[in-house]
Amino acid sequence: MSQTSNWSINISNLNAFGVLVRKEIADQIRSWRFIIILAIILLTCVSSLYTSLTFLKNTSPAPNDPEADFFFLKIFTTSDGSIPSFHLFVGFLGPLLGICLGFDAINSEFNGRTLSRILSQPIHRDFLLNAKFTGALTVIGVLFTALILLTTGVGIMLVGFPPSGLEVTRIILFTLLTIVYIAFWLNLAILSSVWFKHTATSALVVIAVWLFFTMFYPIIINLVAKALQPNPYASQREIMEYQHFMLTLMRFAPSQLYTDGTNILLMPTIRSLGPLNMEQLQGAIPSPLPIWESVKIAWAQMTGLIACTILCFAGSYYLFMRKEIRC
Amino acid sequence: MAVDNLSLDIREGEIFGLLGPNGAGKSTTILMLLGLTEPYQGTIDVAGFDPISNPVSVKKIIGYLPDNIGFYDHRTALENLVLTAQLNNQTYIQANDNALALLEKVGLADVAHKKVGKFSRGMRQRLGLADTLIKKPSIVILDEPTLGLDPMGVKDFTQLILQLSREEKLTVILSSHQLYQVQKICDRIGLFVQGKLLAQGKIDELAQSLFKDKDQNIQLRVQNQQISMAKQVLEQMETVRKVTQQGDLLSIATEAQVNNAIAETLIRNNINIVSLHQKTYGIEDIYSHYFEGGDNHESNKQLVH
Repeated sequence: MSQTSNWSINISNLNAFGVLVRKEIADQIRSWRFIIILAIILLTCVSSLYTSLTFLKNTSPAPNDPEADFFFLKIFTTSDGSIPSFHLFVGFLGPLLGICLGFDAINSEFNGRTLSRILSQPIHRDFLLNAKFTGALTVIGVLFTALILLTTGVGIMLVGFPPSGLEVTRIILFTLLTIVYIAFWLNLAILSSVWFKHTATSALVVIAVWLFFTMFYPIIINLVAKALQPNPYASQREIMEYQHFMLTLMRFAPSQLYTDGTNILLMPTIRSLGPLNMEQLQGAIPSPLPIWESVKIAWAQMTGLIACTILCFAGSYYLFMRKEIRC
Repeated sequence: MAVDNLSLDIREGEIFGLLGPNGAGKSTTILMLLGLTEPYQGTIDVAGFDPISNPVSVKKIIGYLPDNIGFYDHRTALENLVLTAQLNNQTYIQANDNALALLEKVGLADVAHKKVGKFSRGMRQRLGLADTLIKKPSIVILDEPTLGLDPMGVKDFTQLILQLSREEKLTVILSSHQLYQVQKICDRIGLFVQGKLLAQGKIDELAQSLFKDKDQNIQLRVQNQQISMAKQVLEQMETVRKVTQQGDLLSIATEAQVNNAIAETLIRNNINIVSLHQKTYGIEDIYSHYFEGGDNHESNKQLVH
């Protein structure tokens, strides 16, 4: 008896969760800021894809080039130098999209005094936060899957043959990685929206974090690099250690993790993200790596990115569950 | 600590008024009933459910109108109501029908498809009432429902609450610091100050038990030039204990109800009475007794059940 009533409560809860997610998605895609960011992303992506396609058309790869097999992956990574390539653009604008979808998730409900009204409905408190996250993630997922599929479609139309299974797998993984990367920024924005009462503060804080990692962190890294630079006549071991250390420092930036991951996924010839010495290269066959080997190289980066995402979400969950909901 | 040692019993089907100055703990009490704030210690029982461990069951039967309610401004009144109904597990068609019926009841049928952002304060409160009722609750909690409404709006709104609660046989808990409206529609009241419940009960019973030992108070106005003469005359009467003059108003403390005797005496002395009335103790006196005078709280404790 109690079992059946528990069941019915669970099902009705799921319905309510679905209603909240639908409301979130509707709110997101109707808002002006989403439309504007979407327009910017579409414009930049279309222009970068256009340049890469025209570039690829004019410089067809040599038949013995090991990368010739991966034409469709090259669409996302090539550029003629005038405009950054697709994956660099996504790495730059993706965070902005995530921030724009999440920075006012909770505090706008709080300031609009809708929070207490929604939470006094028969739903669990975490439903609201989970629905905010799920709704925004759905929007991001649909957007980027559509964008990447469209690109591949245009590529097929231009060259006249479909991508191979290997390419398709790599493109799917690339899409997933992109979604995780944007989800990280989304969660950071949601965390700040729970933390700060004013939407403006919350937006500025997340944008400051983003600017820090895209603009100032590289500058700081450069300073450190100059200070620590070993003597040019130093032993090879010292130089390797120095390079490894600098790479570790750089990987504290989420954008670096994303770049590492996409480079490995979209350029199958890359064998290592760090420096390799001559002995390691000796006997290597200049052929592309199988997918699983590529994934293994960037495994730490991808799991790191997912871990950061979960950490941010756990933080916002903790804060939200203890938040005073009274206005 | 916002609320301390609160013990409150509310009966089914009554309108209960929570009274108290700002910051007395009224809203905190309400949020605890809904499981949105947890008490440090103690238990709450709402219709057999514990709002701390089982908030969803409690929130199913309680409709809550927060003070200064907010809606999604870019959505229409109907859309806002439908969302609430759907969160209460109604299908879209049910939700839509219920919402339209309720909008009719609260008098917002003609603006059902207008965006809430353009609504006036009074319209928002009405929509809020519809929003609380759409889940078909058995208990309705209204937090400061008439705050910020104009006098006509207050009158209409309290009438609407009264009418709807009688129609749907609802238990209504109403928090407010606007005394007059509370007096008009509440069956019983509870008085809060600094998180403590000082008294609860029916208004007239409270007044009687509070003021039974006090002097009867009669207020008299006479023509201006006769004030001092009236005062002299009255002070000579046996039943009159004390006469104090406040401007052109004489307030007379007596031992019993002696309106007629006073009137007779005055007429015999050719004094023109402008007005003469026996002061009755209403909610304002109860209120000021506790919150302004508030001297002997010890003796009042017996009133708390």
